[in-house]
Amino acid sequence: MHGFGIILQRDLRIALRRKGDVLNVLVFFVVVASLFPLGVGPEPNQLRAMAAGVVWIAALLAAVLSLPRLFAADYADGTLEQMLVAPQSLLMVVLAKSAAHWLLTGLPLALVAPLIGLQYDLPIETLGVLLASLLIGTPVLSLLGAACAALTLGVRGGGALLGLLVLPLYVPALVFGAGAVGATLIGINPSAHLSLLGAFLAVSSLVGPWAACAALRVALD
Amino acid sequence: MNSTLFHYASPQIFFPVAGKLIPWFSVLAGLLAIAGLYVAFFVAPTDATQGEAYRIIFIHVPAAWMSMFIYVVMAGWAAAGLALNTRLSGMMASALAPTGAMFTFIALWSGALWGKPTWGTYWVWDARLTSELVLLFLYFGFIALKGAIPDPVRADRAGAVLALLGVVNVPIIYYSVQWWNTLHQGASVSLTRSPSMAATMLLGMLLMALAAWMYSIATTLTRLRNIILERERDAEWVRLQRTAA
Repeated sequence: MHGFGIILQRDLRIALRRKGDVLNVLVFFVVVASLFPLGVGPEPNQLRAMAAGVVWIAALLAAVLSLPRLFAADYADGTLEQMLVAPQSLLMVVLAKSAAHWLLTGLPLALVAPLIGLQYDLPIETLGVLLASLLIGTPVLSLLGAACAALTLGVRGGGALLGLLVLPLYVPALVFGAGAVGATLIGINPSAHLSLLGAFLAVSSLVGPWAACAALRVALD
Repeated sequence: MNSTLFHYASPQIFFPVAGKLIPWFSVLAGLLAIAGLYVAFFVAPTDATQGEAYRIIFIHVPAAWMSMFIYVVMAGWAAAGLALNTRLSGMMASALAPTGAMFTFIALWSGALWGKPTWGTYWVWDARLTSELVLLFLYFGFIALKGAIPDPVRADRAGAVLALLGVVNVPIIYYSVQWWNTLHQGASVSLTRSPSMAATMLLGMLLMALAAWMYSIATTLTRLRNIILERERDAEWVRLQRTAA
C-alpha cells in the first residue's frame, strides 16, 4: 500500500503543475453537453428525457480524450520501465495511476454534472441520482480505460484506436448510469440501476487492472 | 500436457496439415450449403404469419450463431497463446477475426432486410440488434489493434488481452442492453416467443449452420496459411517450399 500512496501523490502533483490539462477535459465535457440543445432544439421535455444520456456520453468522450495521458509521459521518458522492474507490484502502480486519473477527471466531471442537469431542466431530486451514478460509474471509465490505454501505448493512431477499443466496453456503465436517472424521472426507484452499476464497478476493478498489467508487460517487453 | 498437441502448434508442421484439411472443409461447406438452401427454398413451408420473408432466417440465424461463437473461440485461442506462449494461437486468433466480423455484419444486414417487411423498419434498437452491433465494434477494435502494432508478437499478445477483456464484457453488455430495452418498451417482436418451428425449417437452419461452420474453418485455415507464410517468410522451410513449388 505504501507504493500506492507515493505514486498517487506523484501523479496528482505532476498533473496539478499543469492545471490546464486537467481543466481542458472538464471544459470539453461542458462544451459537448452544451452543444446538444443547439443540435436538437430547446424543447424542455425532450431535453429532460435525454439529459442523463447526454451527460454520460459527454463523460465517456471526456474520459477517452484524457486516457492517452495516463501512461504516455512515463512511457516516453522510461519511468514506466523502471516501475516495471521495481520490486513493488505492477498492480499497485496501475491501481494508483487509475485512482489518480479518476480524481483528476472522473470526480470533477461528476461534481459539475448536476449543473448541466439543471440546464437540461432535470427535477432537483434527480440531480442527486445523476451525481451518484457518475460517482459510482466514472471509476469504471478509469479502470477499463487504463487497460485500453496500456494496450495502445506507443501505437500509431493511438487516440482514435483507444476510442474504438474502450467505448464498446463502456456500454454497461452508460446503460445503468443513464438508466438510473431515467428511472427516477418516471418514478421508479433507481437503486436497482445503481446496484448493477456498482456490480459492474466491482467486476471492472478486478478485470481492468489485471488487463492493464498484462498490456503494460506486452508494451514494454 | 499432451505433447502431440504442441507438435501441431509449430507453424511449420501445421502449414501442410492445414493445406490438406482445407479442401475437405470447403467441399463439405459447399455440399451442406446446397442441401441447406434446397431445404430452405423448396422443402420448408411458407410461414403462416411472416410469409416468404421468414426464409432469411436460413442465413440470418447461422450467421448470428457464428458471430458470437467465433468471438469465444478467438478469445480461447488468445488465452491459450498468452498462457502457453504458442505462436500458432495468436495467428489463429488473427485468422478468425475477419470471418467473425463478416458473420456479425451478415447477421445485422440480413436482420435489417428481414425487419423491413416484418417490423416495418430496417432498424430497431432491440436488445439483440444492439448487442450484435456492439459485438461488431469489438471485432473492429481487435482487428484495428492488431493492424496498428507492427511487431507480430506484441500484436498477438495485445490482441489476446483485448479479446479476453472483451469476452468477459460480452455477457455483461448483452444483459445490460437487454435490460435497457425492456425498461423503455417491450420488444415489438421477439424471436424467443416465436411459434414452434416446422421440422423442415429447423433442418434447413441446422444444415446452413453446419455449412457456416465448415466455411469458417476452411477460410480460417486458408487465412492462417497466409499469415504463417507472411510471418515465417525468412525461415528456411518457407524458402524450400517456394523452390519446390
